[in-house]
Amino acid sequence: MNRTKGDEEEYWNSSKFKAFTFDDEDDELSQLKESKRAVNSLRDFVDDEDDDDLERVSWSGEPVGSISWSIKETAGNSGSSQEGREQLKSRNSFSTYTQLPKPTSTYSLSSFFRGRTRPGSFQSLSDALSDAPAKSYAPELGRPKGEYRDYSNDWSPSDTVRRLRKGKVCSLERFRSLQDKLQLLEEAVSMHDGNVITAVLIFLKRTLSKEILFRELEVRQVALRHLIHFLKEIGDQKLLLDLFRFLDRTEELALSHYREHLNIQDPEKRKEFLKTCVGLPFSAEDSAHIQDHYTLLERQIIIEANDRHLESAGQTEIFRKHPRKASILNMPLVTTLFYSCFYHYTEAEIPDKQYVLTALAARAKLRAWHDVDALFTTKNWLGYTKKRAPIGFHRVVEILHKNSAPVQILQEYVNLVEDVDTKLNLATKFKCHDVVIDTCRDLKDRQQLLAYRSKVDKGSAEEEKIDAILNSSVSSYSLLLQ
Amino acid sequence: MAAHLSYGRVNLNVLREAVRRELREFLDKCAGSKAIVWDEYLTGPFGLIAQYSLLKEHEVEKMFTLKGSRLPAADVKNIIFFVRPRLELMDIIAENVLSEDRRGPTRDFHILFVPRRSLLCEQRLKDLGVLGSFIHREEYSLDLIPFDGDLLSMESEGAFKECYLESDQTSLYHAAKGLMTLQALYGTIPQIFGKGECARQVANMMIRMKREFTGSQNSIFPVFDNLLLLDRNVDLLTPLATQLTYEGLIDEIYGIQNSYVKLPPEKFAPKKQGDGGKDLPTEAKKLQLNSAEELYAEIRDKNFNAVGSVLSKRAKVISAAFEERHNAKTVGEIKQFVSQLPHMQAARGSLANHTSIAELIKDVTTSEDFFDKLTVEQEFMSGVDTDKVNSYIEDCIAQKHPLIKVLRLVCLQSVCNSGLKQKVLDYYKREILQTYGYEHILTLYNLEKAGLLKPQTGGRNNYPTIRKTLRLWMDDVNEQNPTDISYVYSGYAPLSVRLAQLLSRPGWRSIEEVLRILPGPHFEERQPLPTGLQKKRQPGENRVTLIFFLGGVTFAEIAALRFLSQLEDGG
Repeated sequence: MNRTKGDEEEYWNSSKFKAFTFDDEDDELSQLKESKRAVNSLRDFVDDEDDDDLERVSWSGEPVGSISWSIKETAGNSGSSQEGREQLKSRNSFSTYTQLPKPTSTYSLSSFFRGRTRPGSFQSLSDALSDAPAKSYAPELGRPKGEYRDYSNDWSPSDTVRRLRKGKVCSLERFRSLQDKLQLLEEAVSMHDGNVITAVLIFLKRTLSKEILFRELEVRQVALRHLIHFLKEIGDQKLLLDLFRFLDRTEELALSHYREHLNIQDPEKRKEFLKTCVGLPFSAEDSAHIQDHYTLLERQIIIEANDRHLESAGQTEIFRKHPRKASILNMPLVTTLFYSCFYHYTEAEIPDKQYVLTALAARAKLRAWHDVDALFTTKNWLGYTKKRAPIGFHRVVEILHKNSAPVQILQEYVNLVEDVDTKLNLATKFKCHDVVIDTCRDLKDRQQLLAYRSKVDKGSAEEEKIDAILNSSVSSYSLLLQ
Repeated sequence: MAAHLSYGRVNLNVLREAVRRELREFLDKCAGSKAIVWDEYLTGPFGLIAQYSLLKEHEVEKMFTLKGSRLPAADVKNIIFFVRPRLELMDIIAENVLSEDRRGPTRDFHILFVPRRSLLCEQRLKDLGVLGSFIHREEYSLDLIPFDGDLLSMESEGAFKECYLESDQTSLYHAAKGLMTLQALYGTIPQIFGKGECARQVANMMIRMKREFTGSQNSIFPVFDNLLLLDRNVDLLTPLATQLTYEGLIDEIYGIQNSYVKLPPEKFAPKKQGDGGKDLPTEAKKLQLNSAEELYAEIRDKNFNAVGSVLSKRAKVISAAFEERHNAKTVGEIKQFVSQLPHMQAARGSLANHTSIAELIKDVTTSEDFFDKLTVEQEFMSGVDTDKVNSYIEDCIAQKHPLIKVLRLVCLQSVCNSGLKQKVLDYYKREILQTYGYEHILTLYNLEKAGLLKPQTGGRNNYPTIRKTLRLWMDDVNEQNPTDISYVYSGYAPLSVRLAQLLSRPGWRSIEEVLRILPGPHFEERQPLPTGLQKKRQPGENRVTLIFFLGGVTFAEIAALRFLSQLEDGG
């Protein structure tokens, strides 16, 4: 997936489907290719005929006449809508919709449930599910811009909830006592309808003191969860925090407070806000992360001010050569590390895995091979140097390759890979011929060497080298082969 | 367009017609010319049940997408908003209405909530001072949308999040309502099975709704024999793994939305002579995918490795058919050939499209990284090294691969190990936060809350028991001619579908122990039928089971279910 844009284009434009091999059936593939060509050539033969019989599909794939297609059409043609509509009419005659048999079914969702009630009225399923379908109620809903009010004052909590569920607006105000209100809530919860539960909660929130509301909800978990969701939805952060505090749900309280930093754009203000998060009761692990988050932003602010200054002054070479792509503010830690290794490289850091990976990528990008070398060089007390990579040299090679390091450099690190198979694979993959040849030689693997000979250029130094090895050691190889 | 809905065992066109009828009824209530303002999200689902022509027949002259500030000019009597019940949309509607009021001649405003009216939203409209402007405020319960001959969807993307993260069970209520609608059209379903907390609740609601609805007995002969309700959280493993069927991979790579997929246009450029490849379209190519397309119906559920041979065979057949033209000598023969042309042309177009899509997918699946990812997934699913830090995941983080990929793998490991060791979990967390940003503390917290990522408690890993009992991992999998559902993930048999399979034969009693390990209760309910409606089963007749996933399903799972159903039909 590391294909570059150019590679991609080359791939799409080439007529060879090398990458497209359906497993071992290469011949099938070429047939597929042929068939594709055959199929395409048939266009000459049939192309200019109209596709009248087929469903018309616009380029974007929307069948002509579909809803999303029509939105564009009718909105776009608002000037010449008559014409547009005429067009539509003619086009629609081709769309398959009109070819459908006329609806013969007389089923309708509502008619099923409606039972004996008035035909033609638009009632939803829930209406019909009421246990008193014949109850007469004034059609107060849908009164032209009229007032909504109750037509009866003696509905019990369960009647009221049922009405709410049917989408009828009705006043809850007459439930004055706490007992009535709670009964209302319990009725709503037993219906499982979040919409109604929320409606009752809104009413309770408005008419009960915070303390009582919280106390009663603590023993009603379903309603409590709905309240939390509702408060999040409407963004009543203050009440939400109060609630968590009351419930002693400290971790949620802390996280919910922390979440707010995402809404703060100004870096200084965000930093100050994060500072207020540091002491909050997160889990032990998260506490450390939050502290790190604060420290990181604090440093980023310093770096950003400093570097913006350096960059605009234009005196520093690194910024002139490699202008910054974006501000470092609010970037993840590793990105910041990369940035620092790129613009402010010092060797004072501790070589832990993450650091090595990041520093390696940054220095390789700058083609600072000397730094790369230093990253992996350790000295023992006698002064001998030794190469060591905490991340494994196979990964070093991959990263160097990704940053298009030259073959000489790659070769050096491929050679440091300990596992012979991995080394051979990597060397083959990145065309480090010398490493492949030497490894084969050491393994005394004549077959593989012969096979590799076909992969190097004719008459090249590599070929000569292979030939030399093959010839010089005929006797020992032949021994092996017997 | 809708013919494919009637091919299945249950004619879903009945449902489609019912929903369309209800839409017409609403439109007719707002007499006179109309403009519809669409919550853009809804155009997808609505497109599956109606086309513009239907709306036009009911005097819908203009359609707009819902946007801030003022509405485009429209000379109509009614303006109808089709919206989901979302607070942020209410704000936009209010803005539209207020600026329209200033504009001059008064219009009639209406609002249609899909799938449900929301008192919270109406409260918001009231607060914004526009509630009184609406003449009709109604709801359109587009609960279950027919997708294919054997597939219905609620298109409710947020259901899993709502149920398991926010503990808001409104979507379960919609599910229950949708199932009541279905029973109204197709008869009472005599047996309900279920597994999981949400399944239990939906069943309870259904039973309660049935009890409350004493209006008239449902006198329709039942089409479905069984209903199986499955909680998504009973099987969190399956959606984390990479789907390997053709349709599944299209979804993994490009994403299928309301049965449509958007593809990079380069591959689909019209090849006309002398065109020289210029003017390449830049807009994504959009294709509809369903079983109405013969070729797609054949390959959608196959393992991707088996798609190539089908395409190639199909190409030969089509080429041969076109070659026929050389043999057509007499006028009669030519006439016959020409009469078949449209069909052949469609087949050719379909073949060309799917060849292109297959090439796009192949490009991804042959990449080294895809292979590495798959290897790690399969190791986890077969129970290898799930208890330590995985070096491929480490590499992905170090190279800053998309976070979603990293999280899927980490969660997969967690699920396959019944939770990660605290040390391993902390390590992953730290790496992720340092590389992708500390604010993902919130992301990780949410994953833990939903149970996708967790520390191992009690030090026991139940996954091996589950895997062995349910035979979730099959070593010898035949991708070309499958004999078991495990072909859809090239080795892993989706847990959810295995449960469905075992339910039909030999029954869940044989796996009581595993059912107890999986979260939530399992249960069986019977809905008594009047004697006249009871089925007299013919020997050898197959049962029709409706399987309802609460919280979403993958295309690979659907493929596995279709495979099972074919096995049943075959014997």
